[in-house]
Amino acid sequence: MTAVLTRSDRERVAQTRSRSPRHRLSALDAKVSPYLFVAPFFVLFGAVGLFPLLYTAYVSLFDWELGADETPFVGLDNYRELFGDGQFWNALFNTFSIFLLSSVPQVIVAVVLAALLAVNLRGRTAWRMGVLLPYVASLVALTIIFGNLFGPQFGLVNSVLTTVGIPPIDWQANTFGSHVAIASMVNWRWTGYNALIVLAAMLAIPREVHEAAVVDGAGPLRRFFSITLPMLKPTLIFVIVTSTIGGLQIFTEPKLYDPSAGSGGGAEHQYQTVVLYLYQSAFQQLNLGYAAAIAWLLFLVVIAVAGLNFWLTRRAVR
Amino acid sequence: MKRPSFVVYGVLAAFVLGSAFPFYWSYLVASRDNSVLTGDFTLVPGGNFFANAARVFDTIPFWKALGNSFIVSGTVTLSVVLLSALAGFAFAKLRFRGRGVLFLFVVATLAVPTQLGIIPLYMAMAEFGWAGELEAVIVPNLVTAFGVFWMRQYLVDAVPDELVEAARMDGCSLWRVFWHVALPAARPAAAMLGVFTFMQSWNDFLWPLVVLNADNPTLQVALEKLQSGYYVDYSLVLAGTTLATVPVLIVFLVLGRQIVAGVMQGAVKG
Repeated sequence: MTAVLTRSDRERVAQTRSRSPRHRLSALDAKVSPYLFVAPFFVLFGAVGLFPLLYTAYVSLFDWELGADETPFVGLDNYRELFGDGQFWNALFNTFSIFLLSSVPQVIVAVVLAALLAVNLRGRTAWRMGVLLPYVASLVALTIIFGNLFGPQFGLVNSVLTTVGIPPIDWQANTFGSHVAIASMVNWRWTGYNALIVLAAMLAIPREVHEAAVVDGAGPLRRFFSITLPMLKPTLIFVIVTSTIGGLQIFTEPKLYDPSAGSGGGAEHQYQTVVLYLYQSAFQQLNLGYAAAIAWLLFLVVIAVAGLNFWLTRRAVR
Repeated sequence: MKRPSFVVYGVLAAFVLGSAFPFYWSYLVASRDNSVLTGDFTLVPGGNFFANAARVFDTIPFWKALGNSFIVSGTVTLSVVLLSALAGFAFAKLRFRGRGVLFLFVVATLAVPTQLGIIPLYMAMAEFGWAGELEAVIVPNLVTAFGVFWMRQYLVDAVPDELVEAARMDGCSLWRVFWHVALPAARPAAAMLGVFTFMQSWNDFLWPLVVLNADNPTLQVALEKLQSGYYVDYSLVLAGTTLATVPVLIVFLVLGRQIVAGVMQGAVKG
């Protein structure tokens, strides 16, 4: 109906309407309501997202102990201390190490898995559900289970290793071993999920492109590297950037990996991550100012690395 | 198109078995006693599951935690879906000054690690007297940038502009247009957003751990309390993880098809 009204018709209608009070109300509605509709998000994001982040920078300039009467201003002292704090650098190293051990194999396996799922499978929905299964597991439950599987003394992983003649590995005390164990939890949980995202992008590639390549004599491998992979570029960027943002904030896995380790991330902090160190500083040592400095620094690192990742992935996959 | 060879099925089957194994292992240990860990290796479940589950109920306030998790995740899900649809509708279908900039802001906030603001957030909750209360884990999650983005992307195509305009001509207020036109049209996207939000909220750990206590926990926080200690009784702890996993597994079995579709659709739209 409205499609046949010309512009001047509509203006005339609007004019006659604005005269009566009911239509003035309607005009007000059109003006104000959109803002009211989007307001809850902006108010809430401002209050619990943006404001706390900015206030974190403020807190980091004080010697702010939880529950203390006085919180003296110390300027950049917290940052100075942080730059000389071996435990912080250690935590940053662990975070990156675990992140690399989880993201690199994960993306590769996800692409391969997606390629397998993209063929004409019998019962394909069931297969897709199967690979997505870990995604619904509770992270806490999963970490406890993996902590058990990787137990240094009675863990199943070590039993299997011993059976096939490989000496058992101390998956907790050994720095690299603990990183592998924690990364394997991340991989187990997210590989199938990312495979489905990649699969969706693969299926969206027009069939004609492949058919044209076949006519030109390109084999399956050649087609995968010259067509599929380049066309997955935006999806891979998305997957890598989101896994960066999450990966650098990893907390639950190192927190619960070894129940007796508490928030230290192992006896030598061998798998303490930055967010775990932040948690320990803030809520166990009650040193909020210092923890805020950690949080703010990590915030900058996350933004920088996500940006770098975005740039690198765009260049590498073309 | 020809069917793939059995090698493809074999690799996929191995992957799915690997995906399912930790769940099974959790049940296996929970159904026996700790001897399965110290040498008498077997993959056959025993008959102790209910005894171990009973010990879980004695050790942590399991039912209270379960109830709390349902209250928190349910409230958060309902609110996220409704408020995201409302904002998404405004961004998709209404014209107002600053719309483009505001929506760009929403998209930009998707990448902001707001979790790192927990210290002031905790201070604020302590100030409000919400520390230890469920409000503290509900209120900060009532609407998300992802939700707004997701609903906006869907509503752009799902509701024709003419329909909105026609309803306006008939004298509908924008709220009624939203309620009677946009919301019904958004049902598929809203359902997916609901499932994802529920699972995310259900599994949330860091913030609930910080702000709640052992007397009034969510399920994840209660599980952590079950596990912490110098000696870990694994048949007890894994009975707890099994019990906590059952609800999400049921959700997955019922809604798995939709969850798969949601993950794949999100990839194409996002």
